[in-house]
Amino acid sequence: MSQEPRFLVAGDAGLVVEFGDAIDPAINRRVREWFLAVERASLDGVRDLVPTYRSLLVSYDPLRTGFDELRERLVALGAHLADRPVPPPRVVEIPTSYGGEFGPDLPFVAEYHHLTEDDVVAIHAGNDYLVYMMGFSPGFTYLGGMSERIATPRLATPRTAIPAGSVGIAQLQTGIYPVESPGGWQLIGRTPVTLFDPSRHPPVVVDAGDYIRFVPITLDEYSAIQHGIRQGTWVLPVRGMTT
Amino acid sequence: MKTIEVLDGGMLTTVQDLGRFGYQRYGVPTSGALDQFSLRAANRLVGNPDDAAGLEMTLIGPRLAFLAPATIALTGADLGAHLGDRPVPGWESVAVEPGAVLWFAGPQDGVRAYLAVAGSVDVPAVLGSRATYTRSRLGGLDGRALKAGDILHVGGERPVLPGGALQLPAAHRPAYGHAHVLRVVLGPQDDRFTAKGIDTFLSSTYIVTPQSDRMGYRLAGPAIEHLEGPDIVSDGTPLGAVQVAGDGAPLVLLADRGTAGGYTKIATVIGPDIPRIAQAAPGDAVTFERVGLDAAYTAVRLQEARLAEIVPTRRDSDLARLRKIAAAVAAVVSLER
Repeated sequence: MSQEPRFLVAGDAGLVVEFGDAIDPAINRRVREWFLAVERASLDGVRDLVPTYRSLLVSYDPLRTGFDELRERLVALGAHLADRPVPPPRVVEIPTSYGGEFGPDLPFVAEYHHLTEDDVVAIHAGNDYLVYMMGFSPGFTYLGGMSERIATPRLATPRTAIPAGSVGIAQLQTGIYPVESPGGWQLIGRTPVTLFDPSRHPPVVVDAGDYIRFVPITLDEYSAIQHGIRQGTWVLPVRGMTT
Repeated sequence: MKTIEVLDGGMLTTVQDLGRFGYQRYGVPTSGALDQFSLRAANRLVGNPDDAAGLEMTLIGPRLAFLAPATIALTGADLGAHLGDRPVPGWESVAVEPGAVLWFAGPQDGVRAYLAVAGSVDVPAVLGSRATYTRSRLGGLDGRALKAGDILHVGGERPVLPGGALQLPAAHRPAYGHAHVLRVVLGPQDDRFTAKGIDTFLSSTYIVTPQSDRMGYRLAGPAIEHLEGPDIVSDGTPLGAVQVAGDGAPLVLLADRGTAGGYTKIATVIGPDIPRIAQAAPGDAVTFERVGLDAAYTAVRLQEARLAEIVPTRRDSDLARLRKIAAAVAAVVSLER
């Protein structure tokens, strides 16, 4: 049986359910279980939920509930988690054009590890990455599972504008820039998929608990998918996890 | 209906409501008015629901021309509001004639003023809210601050109230000054600090730095000592969280904060005191006062009671009509609860 969660006071309108203080798929899975259960229960007075690597922030309206009452209701929910198992994870395939103009740092990453560019692509695209959480900014995914064989330090001087869809590496992290922003990650490719679009419901295509698989595509395929997205004819490939 | 033409946007004028909830799980900050007491009061003063969209104006106010008759209310900071050559009283409903220009002479007290217009500022809701988050160009008017040439539409019900029909009694209006005591509840990571660190935090005077904005207020002062360093595995960031990074300086997280962060949070500023930090200017002094949860909840209820004090004045002879307006407002208020 796993350890009991801690209930922490986060001001007069916040309660944190903490499951651990580590980046660990088992801890993260418990966050997911609790998040789904609390969301489904739509408890009176709860305003918002923020699941992270290892905790769940429950924001509440102090005029409608309080810390002690909320903790009791959460504990009661926690006792029945087994009744509604978490749906099996999805694997979302993110088509990615590696190298060239879209991945200007691929040669550096290859050279840094004495690998060929193809090796780097094969390693990066050869793994399913767990989406531990989303945040700190809209649509950004915190991924786990990057191979140490391609872990590369950040750029000494960050770029001022990185296009949306850029796929990068920073130390043991890999990720996709959901919107254009400054940043210091080593850019190895780009996806035509729009990760965050506020006019969509939900605004994201990948969610916490999913896995991401990067699928190498050619420049022609990139253009075709981009065209399909604009026409509304292209559908993001999502499959169940094979274990 | 076209109601307001922006002649000058001022320093930072954005459309805000009470924030965007339900999307923090995707990394979308709540945004919304930094001083929600003031926005809610302004809305009640013009007969709007609490969460109607209004304008948040920062230090140097905008210049706004009214193209149609309107009922407005100004709350929060006193930025020296004038309609034509007349000063505009704050914290009460004001009738505005077409052609009038609202302008601001300069800050007198506080940083952020709020303008509510009866019927509310009509911009499209994005992810369920009209709040502006400029960093990601979300919500508000094209996701940005107002600028000269913008036209604001006012929608919904447009109750017309006589000037001064509703007001917040003087005793309930905040005065901001330059020294701010913020009540905090310790946690969620107070156990990551030494006793000395917590004592430093609660007994020192901190100064608001110029690196303070809608995302958070960065304070300068005695360094707060960690037990084993400032890093944690990323965790949710409640409104008002006091984050302490490696330099030991407190950063109070506000409406535009990132939804998660990897630094320890020693305490959380209680909801009713968020408006106080939102009205603090660079150079102002800040101290933290520890309270328990029960005291915090009492403070929340007291603030609600203050808002409920918005009453009709007896300046207008048509008392019966004013009572009806007050009843309508009270009904809206009770619906909100």
